[in-house]
Amino acid sequence: MSAADTTTQTGGGRRLDFHVLGPVLALIALIVLGTLINTNFLSPGNITNVLARSAFIGIIAVGMTFVITAGGLDLSVGSMAAFIAGLMIIVMNATMSVMGVGLMTVIVGILTALVAGLAAGAINGLLITRGRIEAFIVTLGTMGIYRSLVTWLADGGTLSLDFDLRTFYGPVYYGGILGVTWPIIVFALVAIVGEIAMRQTAFGRHCAAIGSNDQVARYSAVHVDRVRTATYVLLGLLVGVATIMYVPRLGSASSSTGLLWELEAIAAVIIGGTVLKGGFGRVWGTVIGVLILSLIGNILNLTDVVSPYLNGAIQGVIIILAVVMQRGTNVSR
Amino acid sequence: MNDAPLLAIRDVSRSFGGIEVLHGVDFDLRPGEVHALIGENGAGKSTTMKILGGYLPPSSGTVELDGSTVSFSASDEAEAAGVVMIHQEFNLTEQLTVEENVFLGRELTKGLFLDKTTMRARTREWLERLDCHLDPTLRVSQISVSDKQMVEIAKALGRNARVLIMDEPTAVLTRRETDILLDLIARLRDEGTAILYTSHKLDEIARIADRVTVLRDGSVVMAQEAEGLTEDDMARAMVGREMSDLYPDKAPEPSGETVLDVQGLSVPGHVRDASFTLRRGEVLAFAGLVGAGRTELMEGVVGLREATGSVHVGERKLPPNNVAAARSAGLVYLTEDRKGRGLLLNKNLAENLTLLALNRFSGVTIDKRAEDEALTDAISRYDIRAGDRGMLAGQLSGGNQQKLLLAKTMLAEPDIVIIDEPTRGIDIGTKQQIYGIIQRLAAEGKAVIVVSSEMAEVIGLAHRVVVMAQGRIAGELTGDDIGDEPIVRLAMGLDAKEAAA
Repeated sequence: MSAADTTTQTGGGRRLDFHVLGPVLALIALIVLGTLINTNFLSPGNITNVLARSAFIGIIAVGMTFVITAGGLDLSVGSMAAFIAGLMIIVMNATMSVMGVGLMTVIVGILTALVAGLAAGAINGLLITRGRIEAFIVTLGTMGIYRSLVTWLADGGTLSLDFDLRTFYGPVYYGGILGVTWPIIVFALVAIVGEIAMRQTAFGRHCAAIGSNDQVARYSAVHVDRVRTATYVLLGLLVGVATIMYVPRLGSASSSTGLLWELEAIAAVIIGGTVLKGGFGRVWGTVIGVLILSLIGNILNLTDVVSPYLNGAIQGVIIILAVVMQRGTNVSR
Repeated sequence: MNDAPLLAIRDVSRSFGGIEVLHGVDFDLRPGEVHALIGENGAGKSTTMKILGGYLPPSSGTVELDGSTVSFSASDEAEAAGVVMIHQEFNLTEQLTVEENVFLGRELTKGLFLDKTTMRARTREWLERLDCHLDPTLRVSQISVSDKQMVEIAKALGRNARVLIMDEPTAVLTRRETDILLDLIARLRDEGTAILYTSHKLDEIARIADRVTVLRDGSVVMAQEAEGLTEDDMARAMVGREMSDLYPDKAPEPSGETVLDVQGLSVPGHVRDASFTLRRGEVLAFAGLVGAGRTELMEGVVGLREATGSVHVGERKLPPNNVAAARSAGLVYLTEDRKGRGLLLNKNLAENLTLLALNRFSGVTIDKRAEDEALTDAISRYDIRAGDRGMLAGQLSGGNQQKLLLAKTMLAEPDIVIIDEPTRGIDIGTKQQIYGIIQRLAAEGKAVIVVSSEMAEVIGLAHRVVVMAQGRIAGELTGDDIGDEPIVRLAMGLDAKEAAA
């Protein structure tokens, strides 16, 4: 018995190391591959481009890491982002007619996005915890609802931000400090705070405990429902933040805004080493997962060896491989 | 009555991990006879039944069917030979219908397709024999617990059971349902089935059994005709073991101050109107049978279950259904289910240790150095034997898990500790350590409730014993009145005083 224990223990330890290193190695391999294929790959312009594109999914994926770690799931984030974007544009256009193009109008828009994200997250969270409905079902439902609402708001077409307002608001996406644009800065801040929250705070510890065994958490006086709801509220808020960064980029929202973001966010979380069933989460892993997914797309665009249309297929293979590796560690436990 | 045994075990012993739990047991079942097997928890009843039912091979000794030695390699071989065991937990698939369950794994077919008509007719026929008019097309999830029991028996009839082994079939049944079941057992016996019956309710045994065998600590201590045997005789045979010096000297008699006052607490479906108090420095034991509602009562007290009634810690009334409030009032509960509810098996020791008291280790962020010191402290204080500090809680042995769970609970610095089955499934040495810890807690002025199914533990540790039976507090014993017999009598729903007399 004890002999068997020791073997699994050392075996588990070794594989765990590989499990930690796996995503990092994959990221390094992609960077080397990219550099070999195209000399422009490491140019500041391309790096900024990749990071800025990663930022939206990345900010959302950090929130998703907490939801999944606590044993939940949220399929609604892509639709939620589209709905918030549409709402934001309508509110800003309306405010502009009263207050004109200016900081106040943008602030009203930003507040709208944050409040809407918070509320949407709270709805998901409360339906799951108080309503005792499975997360998959609740968020599948809200995913359809938000997608439909934005299509309805846009009357089947596109909602556009007023041209002058877009010019005024534009720097939030295009501007930055020392050549680093705001979406990248915000993504970095969210990731750093998220990493600290996951590893160093009672909230992160409670998320992992609930995902690992919610009965044990309950018997240990953890407010299980409250923490679970908080993960969805946090995610909703971060969807709001991501949308604030996203709207100035195109200045519009339609029924295809944020399409499949939920799957990319979930994929990034899983590739990063967070356990899909919950109990263990890693925010820095999620950041690497997001970068891996964006780099694949970027490399395919820079080369003509493989069609960029195969982007999804390659991402799919990576996701499945990541889960196979995860299973390796779980079996050894 | 035919005297040749149908199924028998001869001189059977069984060991688990080097520890022998059955010592040379003889037991037989004859056609047309109900043979009751009784004993305290852990006496070896389940092991005996599993060996008879082909679920476990004996370590030594033989199993004989129709007079010749057999060795069933799996329970389905035993079933093929007409030996069917009905487990305490039902073996039914909730989402399938009654008839689908009855024929599960041996469905009748007509060509490529299921022969539903015949299966339905047969199921109905077997249920009718049990005087049960259940619609075979209902889903099992829709039928009552007693009907499920009937379906289990119908399943056994469908397998042409010659031997029926029933593990506490009435534990989940009401009085009326029990009556129906006992009538049914009598009818099956008259039809020539050999029946093994176990129950903790001695009145049932007295009513239904033709013969009674009593197990104690893995040996047969009594085997005789039921005729003329009283419930008291059975209870006396079941207990009557000597006390060992496993237990530390009891802590000094508690002072008068009441620290916990529970009044009229009910947990729907489990506990009705329970009231008790606890004093500083006291060890109060809750005894009773498994399923008497002790765990549910305690979970209701600390707010882990919906409950009505009042709980006061000192002067303070606890809000209902709020574990966190109970913890901050200094009242904690240590679960009996350490793997399912106590510890995060795939997390390391430190994370488990501090989970209940995490607020003491975290301001904005968690102080990991303090956490590490707490682990060092707990390892030495509770003698947790961990090969490596980084190991997962699931890799500890059962006894060390229990000590880690104790350490985790005590880290919250409670004034009142409720410990449910403190020594379940752990070895004797660790038991002794845990008894020592409990005694020390009381001596330090904390108040301790011990819920235990082990009689010796209750007697060895407690200043006062509350006995529960069927969801109610059946009685309370103090001082010299605490003893095996009065506790068993109360737990069985009898009057404690008669036994003393």
